[in-house]
Amino acid sequence: MTLRDIKDILDAEVLCGEDLLDKEVKTGFACDLVSEMLAFAGSGNLIITSLKNPHVIHTAEVMDAVGVVFVGGRNPNLALAKQIENSQVPLLATDLLMFKCCGLLFQHGVLGTKRGCIQ
Amino acid sequence: MIEPCVSSAEPRFQLDYPINESDFLAAGESASKTKKALQQLGLKPEVVKNSAIIVYEAAMNIVIHATSGRLKVIIVRDEVVIRAEDTGPGIPDIELAMQEGYSTAPHEIREMGFGAGMGLANMKHCSDELIVESEPGVGTILEARIHLGQKESPREIR
Repeated sequence: MTLRDIKDILDAEVLCGEDLLDKEVKTGFACDLVSEMLAFAGSGNLIITSLKNPHVIHTAEVMDAVGVVFVGGRNPNLALAKQIENSQVPLLATDLLMFKCCGLLFQHGVLGTKRGCIQ
Repeated sequence: MIEPCVSSAEPRFQLDYPINESDFLAAGESASKTKKALQQLGLKPEVVKNSAIIVYEAAMNIVIHATSGRLKVIIVRDEVVIRAEDTGPGIPDIELAMQEGYSTAPHEIREMGFGAGMGLANMKHCSDELIVESEPGVGTILEARIHLGQKESPREIR
């Protein structure tokens, strides 16, 4: 499963990292708490969140996330614009809400990460 | 208060970030910059990531709670040392603050996705040694040490 597959499954828009869509995704981590991402996300996860602030992007970079999916709306917050431009991590946005987004990804084989396990 | 960590040895690498009250972007940026700088030095990915997480959490604590502060990342001997010093209200009960879920962060901080009360606990999990000293009404000094040879993250034993 690649980010390109995920883009299709979630009917997502690519905000940045079009050239990185061949990256493989095995596990995901969904939450709306940056502190939880920093504590439990581990490396190599796809981060799924409805939080739309620059901290998500910094956190994704720090955690070596394979990408970020912003759920619940394609329109990124204006405060995110500059960070989106400079992001080292591919960013996708979908109109789907969190539960459906996670359900679809799980159905297609993206698994949950083990709490606190660094892969 | 904790003695300066570089008193007995010359650091071979040093980053120094001033962190001001409510400068939320500075916290994330200091973590990203730390990660890039340590990566360039060729440190182990786990050491790099754990250092960046500690910098992020420590910087956010200063931004949220203190009036001003300073964050240093130093490599001395075989350790990454992260030292955060701030002027502010201090931590009246450090043991309580170390507990996962305990937080005094205001509502707007929680809306940003922080203030879940996991910062200090997470810093402890990511470091080989964490010392926190605080004087209420004066400020807090935090020092985290990560061995360069860190093989298994302490977080794996949760």
